[in-house]
Amino acid sequence: MRYLTEPDIEALAIGAAILGTGGGGNPYIGKLRCLQELRRGRPVPLIGLDELADDAFVMPIGGIGAPIVGIEKLEEGQEGVRALRALEGFCGRKIDAAIAAEIGGGNAMEPIITAAAAGIAVVDGDGMGRAFPEMQMTTFSIYGHRSTPAALADERGNVVIFQHALSEVWFERLARSAVVTMGGTAIGAEAPMAGAYVKRAAVPGTVTQAIRLGNLVLGANREHSNAIPLICAAEQGVHLMDAKIIELKRHLRGGFAVGEIALEGIDAHAGSRARVVFQNEFLSFERGGEIEVSVPDLIVILDVDTGHAITTEVLRYGQRVAVLALPCHPLLRTAQALAVVGPAAFGLDGVVFRPLARNDG
Amino acid sequence: MYRIGVDVGGTNTDAVVMEGREILAAVKVPTSADVTTGLMQALSNVQSGAAISPRDVGLVVIGTTHFTNAVIERRHLTETAVVRLCLPAAQCLMPMVDWPEDLRKVMGDHVFLASGGAEFDGTPIAAFDPQEISRIGAAIRARGIRSIAVAGVFAPVQDRYEREAGALLAAEYPGASITLSSSIGQLGLLERESATILNSSLLELARRTVASLRRGVSECGITCPVFLSQNDGTLMDSAQAERFPVLTFASGPTNSMRGAAFLSGKSEAIVIDIGGTTTDVGLLHRGFPRQAGTTVDIGGVRTNFRMPDVFSIGLGGGSIVVDGAPAPRVGPQSVGFELTRRARVFGGDVLTATDIAVAAGRAGIGDASRVRDLAPGFVRRCQQVIEQRLAAAAERGRISPETIPVIAVGGGSILMPDRLGDLDVIRPDHFAVANAIGAAIAQTSGEVDRIYSLENRSRESALDHAEQEARQKATAAGALPDTLTVTERADVPLSYLRGNATRVRVKVVGDMGF
Repeated sequence: MRYLTEPDIEALAIGAAILGTGGGGNPYIGKLRCLQELRRGRPVPLIGLDELADDAFVMPIGGIGAPIVGIEKLEEGQEGVRALRALEGFCGRKIDAAIAAEIGGGNAMEPIITAAAAGIAVVDGDGMGRAFPEMQMTTFSIYGHRSTPAALADERGNVVIFQHALSEVWFERLARSAVVTMGGTAIGAEAPMAGAYVKRAAVPGTVTQAIRLGNLVLGANREHSNAIPLICAAEQGVHLMDAKIIELKRHLRGGFAVGEIALEGIDAHAGSRARVVFQNEFLSFERGGEIEVSVPDLIVILDVDTGHAITTEVLRYGQRVAVLALPCHPLLRTAQALAVVGPAAFGLDGVVFRPLARNDG
Repeated sequence: MYRIGVDVGGTNTDAVVMEGREILAAVKVPTSADVTTGLMQALSNVQSGAAISPRDVGLVVIGTTHFTNAVIERRHLTETAVVRLCLPAAQCLMPMVDWPEDLRKVMGDHVFLASGGAEFDGTPIAAFDPQEISRIGAAIRARGIRSIAVAGVFAPVQDRYEREAGALLAAEYPGASITLSSSIGQLGLLERESATILNSSLLELARRTVASLRRGVSECGITCPVFLSQNDGTLMDSAQAERFPVLTFASGPTNSMRGAAFLSGKSEAIVIDIGGTTTDVGLLHRGFPRQAGTTVDIGGVRTNFRMPDVFSIGLGGGSIVVDGAPAPRVGPQSVGFELTRRARVFGGDVLTATDIAVAAGRAGIGDASRVRDLAPGFVRRCQQVIEQRLAAAAERGRISPETIPVIAVGGGSILMPDRLGDLDVIRPDHFAVANAIGAAIAQTSGEVDRIYSLENRSRESALDHAEQEARQKATAAGALPDTLTVTERADVPLSYLRGNATRVRVKVVGDMGF
């Protein structure tokens, strides 16, 4: 166990954006809130999975809704605590720790904000190891945990308890409808899990991983060196190409921002062309008519000069980017997981997931 | 009728007289501490240069860095109260939370949260309470804080509550200077609110400065309206500039790029401005600088102003040249403003990029005999390094494989070869006053940035609706209707809202009638 520090939070914001693989929203506001909590003298313990008691009661938490609403209608501040208290009341048991449903993007910050206010710990791990668009796409759900009973809290003080949903997809649907009625954003806390299950089903160490990534980028920025090779070395990643965006298409499908970018290699990669398809997050990377990388492996697009993540919302013609692929955790590579977060689950017809090399020894 | 463009910079005040597309005269005089004297000097010199009478001047446009510098230097800013219309939302982070401590202190501690914010579709988050606002107005009056910023959640979508709050505060505290966030910026509450606060704190300075500018113009006998140029390359009248000084932030780089576009006659080009120490590279698209997609820091404050997307490399006329293997190094160290003392051709002992240009016969400045000892092979290798770096910069600024020209401007443009890779290089005359030319040719604009629900309308109809409104705004701002062109028309679908909503941005520009 250790306490999160202000430099940790600064690094976490950068690393979480990288693990957001283009989605997950901007962690800037969440970062400010975490820093504010720490400055108010509310320490947040970060505990590893190995330190977690088997009977600990661990609650997944994150923001649900449109990131653009989140940058305008900021939270009241106690939404997470209200959701937590509602679940405690419903379950009749105190919650011991919070865990991120999604480490990628702004949702990395939510468990820290809530834990600080409620005086509980944050678990070093999450349910995705990256960002995904829907709530049933967590390893918690994939390996059998049911998200209900869950609580949804808005800034007015409304708290909705979802006592039971027929399936994880039903829960996602019901929660989305409530979020739209609440004005586009809300904080969602899902059914608490036993520590023993979290140890088995959570993607381990992802808070530390994001902090490490952020520190690599910050260090490289300070020394005016290139962060990209450092990230690849630390994450067993592949530097796919440095490129310029030469085409960008966006459209809406079922409430999701979907689109495609065409890339033309620059510098050492001059002459090569590639395409990346996205649905909030980057889904696939195709070069020479072949899909080289696809979900659930991480396709990461960074500013070629600074190493900072570029989200799908701010993609622009002419941007100079570095495209990296990072292998996802083995928990996302099982047949069970691929049915939910593999290429087919995102409508990438005919694409077979070919896992990037990963050495867990 | 003639138009006069003026650039009031920290060091020089430049002025040009234009008739249609022709530049009749251009002058440069030192900026004076009181602004007015330097401005009058420039105006009178440029008018005599063009042999025109003040009566024939139809339009004066002034670009100035005055307000940006005030924020950066923390000077002439007034204490400001902030009223955020948001409750019960947005209590988690107070206004100015991410500001540097010293600047936040200047504003004092006068923050009030009230109801009156809107949802993304414009409906109220909670009922607007006029009495609450009046009570806040009374409290601000009791503290004697005459400058007030009002920022409402989703005010760019629904500005009604901000306007009502503004009217109530003005009624409660007659004479207070009030800025509404909906007149300043786009979506992103913290960034827009910060810009609104800076604007309010600049209002007193703006009144004084704009009055000096007007006085300078009128004392020269010029009676036409005076305009100021904004960060997006369009202009606003001086009455508006008094109310919205922040909109002039970073108009300098914009004017310089617009001036380069005008001088070269190109609307799609890469502009490379080579100075003494650095080279700035930006892209012109449809005659306007391409905008940066990210937030912009001004004096340590994060804002979401639209600024030109310009990057710099450490290469300029004063870059120091060091021989080495495998190739000589040129920059980033530079002799900077001491170029005319320390460079070899000016009698100094430091070998600079300018010396290389002279040795290569590309420039006839200084004393060429002082670089005659350089081996031709070495000079050629240095030139290659310079050209490679400029070519890489152009390549970086380029967004498509289409070949567009490079416009070379700035005092260091002698370093520029005639071609960069497959790109032609254009060197326009008059670059020394490109800023003033950019000001003189500024157009006027109308802009819409709003979220549309696509429940009952198509995306195309939302874009059309926004374009109509932007056209009306541009015309209301003085644009001639038959000169209107759409410079931006794009939407970004909002993810995670099942209702299918999209954020539309449209900008229309047109020529000022006079």
